[in-house]
Amino acid sequence: MYRTNFRDHLVLIIGSLMMLLPVVVAFTTSTHEAADIHMNGLTLVPGDHFAETYETVLTRQGGFTGKVTGLTMLGNSLILGLGFAIGKIVLSMLAAYAIVYFRFRAATAMFWIIFTTLLLPLEVRILPSYEVMHKLGLINTYTGLIVPLLASATGTFFFRQFFKSVPDELLEAARIDGAGPFKFFIDILVPLSRTMIAAMFIIMFVYGWNQYLWPMLMTNDEGFYTLVRGIKQILIVWVGSQIPDYNEAFAMAVLAMLPPVALVVIFQNWFIKGLTESDK
Amino acid sequence: MAKIDIDHVFKTYAGGAQAVRDVSISIRDGEFIVLVGPSGCGKSTLLRMVAGLEEISAGEVRIGGRLVNNVEPAERDIAMVFQNYALYPHMSVRQNLAYGLKNRGTPKPEIEARVAEAARMLELEPYLDRKPRALSGGQRQRVAMGRAIVRHPAAFLFDEPLSNLDAKLRVTMRGEIKRLQRRLGTTSLYVTHDQLEAMTLADRLVVLNKGEIEQIGTPLEIYHEPASTFVASFIGSPAMNLLQGRSTENGFAIGPDLWRLATGPLDDAAITIGFRPEDVTFTRDMRAGPEFLLDYVEELGAQKLVHGTVGGQAVSATATAEFQPQESMRLTVPEHRIFLFSTATGKRLRTPITPMQPAGDFSPVKA
Repeated sequence: MYRTNFRDHLVLIIGSLMMLLPVVVAFTTSTHEAADIHMNGLTLVPGDHFAETYETVLTRQGGFTGKVTGLTMLGNSLILGLGFAIGKIVLSMLAAYAIVYFRFRAATAMFWIIFTTLLLPLEVRILPSYEVMHKLGLINTYTGLIVPLLASATGTFFFRQFFKSVPDELLEAARIDGAGPFKFFIDILVPLSRTMIAAMFIIMFVYGWNQYLWPMLMTNDEGFYTLVRGIKQILIVWVGSQIPDYNEAFAMAVLAMLPPVALVVIFQNWFIKGLTESDK
Repeated sequence: MAKIDIDHVFKTYAGGAQAVRDVSISIRDGEFIVLVGPSGCGKSTLLRMVAGLEEISAGEVRIGGRLVNNVEPAERDIAMVFQNYALYPHMSVRQNLAYGLKNRGTPKPEIEARVAEAARMLELEPYLDRKPRALSGGQRQRVAMGRAIVRHPAAFLFDEPLSNLDAKLRVTMRGEIKRLQRRLGTTSLYVTHDQLEAMTLADRLVVLNKGEIEQIGTPLEIYHEPASTFVASFIGSPAMNLLQGRSTENGFAIGPDLWRLATGPLDDAAITIGFRPEDVTFTRDMRAGPEFLLDYVEELGAQKLVHGTVGGQAVSATATAEFQPQESMRLTVPEHRIFLFSTATGKRLRTPITPMQPAGDFSPVKA
């Protein structure tokens, strides 16, 4: 039997350090004063301004209108992340269900059309999408922020593959047990897909959480600012001899990282199961 | 409980391939019918058409006198047991059993009573709150049966329910299915490719070949009066010996050998004779049947299987454990245990067989 030795651990340790160090540095740096950081650069030693920096970031009313706090931005990011995750999962599950279980004309062709859009990045269609939303009067609304990006080729593809691996006999047994198409979906397919749903939820939540370009286009009202935009906002203060609030920017970055990390930690078992094993 | 009438049913696929051709079976109330045949003979397709999972291309299926061609599976009043059990993996055994009843809007106390009844019958009570994953193959199989029983359907449909079990469990479950069906008296249609399963379970057997019925009859009828070489070779283990030859004036010619049997019609016709391994006796008497050249012997404990050739064609025979096979022996079979088939069509020929008087001075006869 192979025993792990020191060299194996060394590889793992180096890998972990490379992943973790930047995060740690961001955190420790955020606990110093802006002037310190400006003079001494990044540091690994924790400072003593943890509480006040984070409190400022979360509660200070900033922006041009002076109404946006870190909490507002956190809320906006959450709405965006959750809206994306839930909306995309519902939509792509229904689409995959239709593609796999219903025989309609050109189903395969339609699937491949959906699938090829995987190759199109958001940026390609960002202007037409903006135009449509603008004409619908959805600028500066959560609907406008979320709905246009809900169609998910990735999600549809993953759920399609998953549904295809569900044995046909389950459908047949359910049909004999008197379950119609809707009941089969809700009673059998959705519970069976829960690990897959968890995996998709994490991926889509992080995707929504990290959106930058789209929210920037769709909203100009500061009440819709997300955390990711907030970080940028803090650094644009090169007025006169003012030093950018590096500490606050780092604090914001750390805060922006926490919810996705928490999500992954909580769901990691399901996440791994969903992407690897099939529990049938 | 109901009778099932399958009336001139066809299944034609889009490409024009016919999986089932003109099959008619009328199943009596409470009867246990087994559809048996090699893979690809259309037995599962036929069952699935009765279940409503497969469309009927032509012909009619009636369950309890009601035409069900265009009736949804759930409305057909049937229950099906699948080969891979098709249990809902995320539901407990109890939920699995109750699901069909719940969908039908059965009142809760009634569901509970029926689930409890089925669980008791199948000895599943200790496992009611487990997930299928935590059950053994045999237990899963019983849950699948339970799911059928709780519904109190007019008919049970079994699609090779035992093929996923190991050999020992298969025998136990076979007995259990038989006992249960007797007790409930529910009309059953059972698909298998295992002739032993078919023989032991069936009230009547339906042997299918290439989408058509070869023969319908009780297991003993089929065993003792096979209608064709296909049925003869498929039912019974070890399989019936089939020897191709010609019927001549001097007897039945198997290659260079001659078996002194009057197998008329004596028109030199190509004929196949069949006899079961257990009807064979060996003798040293040179005037008896044709020469049997020993190939190899299989010991089964209680008896032995002797394999060899007659006129270059494989023949097997059962013998007692004490029997000492020789390299060359003479083979005899009682005339009434020999079947004649047309080599061309494979169909049984109903010609009586009589022994021929051996020639006075007997030496190995050449045709």
